[in-house]
Amino acid sequence: MRATLGVFWDRLMEQRWLLPLLVAVGLALAFAIPQFRLVNNYVQLVMILAGINIILATSLNLVNGYMGEFSLAHAGFMAVGAYTSVLLTLHVFPVAAYPGLFHLSVLAGGLVSALLGLLVAIPSFKVRGDYLAIITLAFLMIVKSALENIDVIGGPRGISGIPRLTTLPLVFCWTVALVWLLRNFVYSSFGRGVLAIREDEIASELMSVDTKRVKVLAFMLSAFCAGIAGALFAHLLQFISPRVFDIVKTTEILIMVYLGGIASIGGSIIGATLYTILLEVLRPSTVAGLLSWLPAVVFDPLNEHFIRHLGVLRMIIMPLLLVLVMLYWPRGIMGMRDFRGFIPLRDRLAHRAATPRGPTRNGTADSH
Amino acid sequence: MSEVSIYWLQQVLNALQLSSIYALIALGYSMVYGILTMINFAHGDVFMVGAFLCFLAATLLDLPFVPTLLLTMTGAALLGVLIERLAYKPLRNAPRVSAIITALGVGLFLENLTLAFYPYPQNVPTLIENINWDLGGVSLSSLQLIIISLSLTLMLVLDYVVQRTPVGMAMRAISWDKTYVPLMGVPVDLIISITFAIGAALAGAAGTMYALAYPVIDPYMGIMVGWKAFIAAVVGGIGNMRGAMIGAFILGGVEIMVVAVLPSTYRDLVVFSLLLALIVIRPHGILGQPRVQKV
Amino acid sequence: MALLIATKVRHHFGGLCAINDFNLELHQGELMGIIGPNGAGKTTVFNLITGVYRASEGSIRLRESELVGMTPHQITARRIARTFQNIRLFRDLSVLDNVRIAQYSKTRYSPLEALLHLGRFRREEQRIIEHSRDLLAIFKLEHLAGETARNLPYGSQRRLEIARALATGPELLLLDEPAAGMNPAEIDQLMDFIRWIREQFQLTILLIEHQMQLVMGICERIKVLDFGETLAEGTPEAIRNDPWVMKAYLGAEAVG
Repeated sequence: MRATLGVFWDRLMEQRWLLPLLVAVGLALAFAIPQFRLVNNYVQLVMILAGINIILATSLNLVNGYMGEFSLAHAGFMAVGAYTSVLLTLHVFPVAAYPGLFHLSVLAGGLVSALLGLLVAIPSFKVRGDYLAIITLAFLMIVKSALENIDVIGGPRGISGIPRLTTLPLVFCWTVALVWLLRNFVYSSFGRGVLAIREDEIASELMSVDTKRVKVLAFMLSAFCAGIAGALFAHLLQFISPRVFDIVKTTEILIMVYLGGIASIGGSIIGATLYTILLEVLRPSTVAGLLSWLPAVVFDPLNEHFIRHLGVLRMIIMPLLLVLVMLYWPRGIMGMRDFRGFIPLRDRLAHRAATPRGPTRNGTADSH
Repeated sequence: MSEVSIYWLQQVLNALQLSSIYALIALGYSMVYGILTMINFAHGDVFMVGAFLCFLAATLLDLPFVPTLLLTMTGAALLGVLIERLAYKPLRNAPRVSAIITALGVGLFLENLTLAFYPYPQNVPTLIENINWDLGGVSLSSLQLIIISLSLTLMLVLDYVVQRTPVGMAMRAISWDKTYVPLMGVPVDLIISITFAIGAALAGAAGTMYALAYPVIDPYMGIMVGWKAFIAAVVGGIGNMRGAMIGAFILGGVEIMVVAVLPSTYRDLVVFSLLLALIVIRPHGILGQPRVQKV
Repeated sequence: MALLIATKVRHHFGGLCAINDFNLELHQGELMGIIGPNGAGKTTVFNLITGVYRASEGSIRLRESELVGMTPHQITARRIARTFQNIRLFRDLSVLDNVRIAQYSKTRYSPLEALLHLGRFRREEQRIIEHSRDLLAIFKLEHLAGETARNLPYGSQRRLEIARALATGPELLLLDEPAAGMNPAEIDQLMDFIRWIREQFQLTILLIEHQMQLVMGICERIKVLDFGETLAEGTPEAIRNDPWVMKAYLGAEAVG
């Protein structure tokens, strides 16, 4: 029985139409959910947040996982994207008259953020490892500090009254599009260059990889995605301030990336989704609701001693979870592997035909 | 003395006070980096726990200054060793990034755990009778004097331990080579734990002094102070202990001077920009040695 | 015709002079060896040619273009490839990817075409895969294409390293101690193999080697290096009989 299921699963995973089909179904659902109120607003909000987090995690994985650097700048790129797009929405584009212009302001957020990605990429030519981590941290702190010191954009108070323009279908489209771009990049000669840099930078140069160009491309693409995510986030939250994008935000994204596993797009998607859901599930009201079927004898003491304190407890549980994952599961859920569907068919075939029997190895491994 | 020079002398004194605290924390970063080439991102939070231990000793146990300091240093040292044994030791052979993430996680855990007990900032009682001396217009408080002299004493003791004692020699040996030194009979695990204990104890002392000098403490205080101390360690050349002290005095000086001439909100902007410039120009800090990669 | 000409190259690390007044003229299609004791500066010569180090003085020219000042990837793109003394494969990547990465400079698509998965990108990717598989087949590694490089046995890793170097499409191949860790029988095979790839890929080869059997067996010319200076240069026979070389490098027993 298991074997038959396994064969069926393998066959299913081989189908070229599987991923496009899933995307199409997802797209239909993304439009249908708000249209027909299939789920309540809260669940919808969690879905939007999950989408934004998927963008953030997959794009950070490009630098921290595939390239093997340790960037802490991601929240800074988010901030740049958020502020740019919000300023455009509020002050430049007549978004009220032409709602379509909102997409331009999101795109502009990504582009400006990508330009700043270039700024971080340049020191990475000379500096690697811990010192590059410090540079990215300094970048994050400088962005935050600079925003705090510009009074025109609210200084430390931030900007409020942003129209809520981020919707579920929009986030779905951006998520799919950006994940697709990242996947295409990873499986191109540039993406292989990124992997080569992680393995051995000098050997990569000697094997003709233009490491500077590859680094610039990776940092800019990663920053572009973070900028888009920041823009979407700002138009969801309807309020931004420099404090929203501090080191804690970066840490959250790091948790998603390393929980899901480095150098894995599927891993980052799982990591981001899991983290988003876990954070919501661990709310006192959610847990109380989930356990309300328990008899009062059991429920009341549980509620008294545990559930009511979850608001604080989950803040302790999340970092503990990160430490435990690192200690007992250092590769994360799917480190260095990916769903077969995300690997281009030509890559799978090229790797596989070589090993005609037995499980395929390296990269083409399945998730289970 | 003129008004201007009195003003600046006063600033130098303030800078010395802040710098000594940074230096004590920076030493912990540098010692751990020297021995494990790992950035212990939880170190700033050990400093924060130190400040809270000081608060607890002073309020719950009603202890005077010296026992409070000793208790805090001991508590922080235990915490440091505990973190090392539970969270870092199992990862010693793992990719370096795992240890960095774990350290971030431990830091966040300590912050939120403290937050669970103390959701609001706490006021630390005065432990040292505050006497102010007037030195020709420049005022020096008893607290300032104690902070500066105590920090200097601790640093001199540490320098002696590292340079002159067998334990210090073992520490330097391990930071030089991790493959063969254990074969020479150096108890690596013990020495690493001692390193963490000393680093954490210094952070605990820094926490106590910080809590007395700036008596409103909160669970997130370790983040910024920790990063600043870390910058100090990098500026001096991380892994180099004398460098850490020099870096701390440069950083403290820059901070106080920036605040003296610009609005205080520009402080972090200037400090981090300086850090960025320094790393790009001189990536290995003032006293650090570049590591040459062989092809 | 001279393919590579190095004139009066000097290089020093800090105060230490690693290479002093190094001259080299390498002709197209030639197979030349550099020998010398440890620390003689042999690998430094490779690092200077390939741009890992920048020569302090002098010039290294490949045909008409000056290589000093170029980055390693620019030099590799000008068709110079190398292997390493201590194998430096991309250990955690697949055998196929090791060979594919080396074709970076021969890839003709822009980042935008890659991101958007356009036609030229797909065609180029297919071409790279086919070329890689051909190369792997030549080196009898085809059945290992999906294997992680670090899992290969030592001999296969050595072969893969040469395959990867050839994937960059070189006309000049630099081999850094290709016989390291091999027994005499394996060295015989390696000699045949080196001759064969020279024919097959029309290569000019410069190799560093300690192993005299190999150097004397296949090199047409040999250069002897010690303390960054050239001690002697000539045919294997001339080198074998050079008294200075016998004394300084081959040692007393060779003299006796």
